[in-house]
Amino acid sequence: MPPRERPLSPHLQIYRWQISNTLSVLHRATGAVLSLGLIVFVAWLIAAAAGPQAYARFAALIDGPLGFLVLAGFGFAFFYHLLNGVRHLAWDVGRGFGKRERRASGWLVVVGACALTALAIAFALHLGGSTHG
Amino acid sequence: MADGASGRMRSPLGQVTGLGSAKDGTSHWWAQRLTAVALVPLAGWLVIAALAQPDLGYATVHAWLARPVDAFLAALCVVVLAVHSSLGTAVIVEDYVHGRAAKLLTLIALRFAHVLIGAAGVFAILRLSMGTLGS
Repeated sequence: MPPRERPLSPHLQIYRWQISNTLSVLHRATGAVLSLGLIVFVAWLIAAAAGPQAYARFAALIDGPLGFLVLAGFGFAFFYHLLNGVRHLAWDVGRGFGKRERRASGWLVVVGACALTALAIAFALHLGGSTHG
Repeated sequence: MADGASGRMRSPLGQVTGLGSAKDGTSHWWAQRLTAVALVPLAGWLVIAALAQPDLGYATVHAWLARPVDAFLAALCVVVLAVHSSLGTAVIVEDYVHGRAAKLLTLIALRFAHVLIGAAGVFAILRLSMGTLGS
């Protein structure tokens, strides 16, 4: 049987790049990053369950500027995916589809994610958060 | 769904079952949404509770996750995270991995990996919270 003619979506290039599709791509990208973050989180739990030596080794691994950068990246991915996920859930119940609402909620998510990431970093740096306590 | 365009594009059987090309209807989509709703408070709690600890040293983490409610919520969170991650990464694979064999093998590997991660996380938390009982 010859393949039936199926509707095809137009190629990406014909769309104008704008905030809505940027945030959509970012939602999937941060989701993928967070799946890796889940591995790191579970590795941390296993290290904590395995004993003080294992925990110290894990702590040494994430200590330093590179570890800080990776954790901050996971932090941003988390807050972005969380806030934008709520935005998606609002769409799922049919809310917030207006052109202005869409853009406003998009920027709110970006600003909110940056603010929460900064807040979490400040909290981790100043109120302890050290893995050496 | 009764408009002309979709009527012509879907096979008669497809129109009757209404399950779409993935053959499982909306169950994947719905589970993704349910876990998302659950994770708003659960993952939010996890991050806030972790940051609220005086430090994240060995002793503090043990004391934190030795508390039953905290251990229970953390384990629940790990399970829901693993399910949500499994569903989400499966969609990415369905979209970008082409070829039946490659797609199927990747989906199987991902599902196995997520069960492993979830079970390992729960086991670690159980050991953390109850590991000292026997020793």
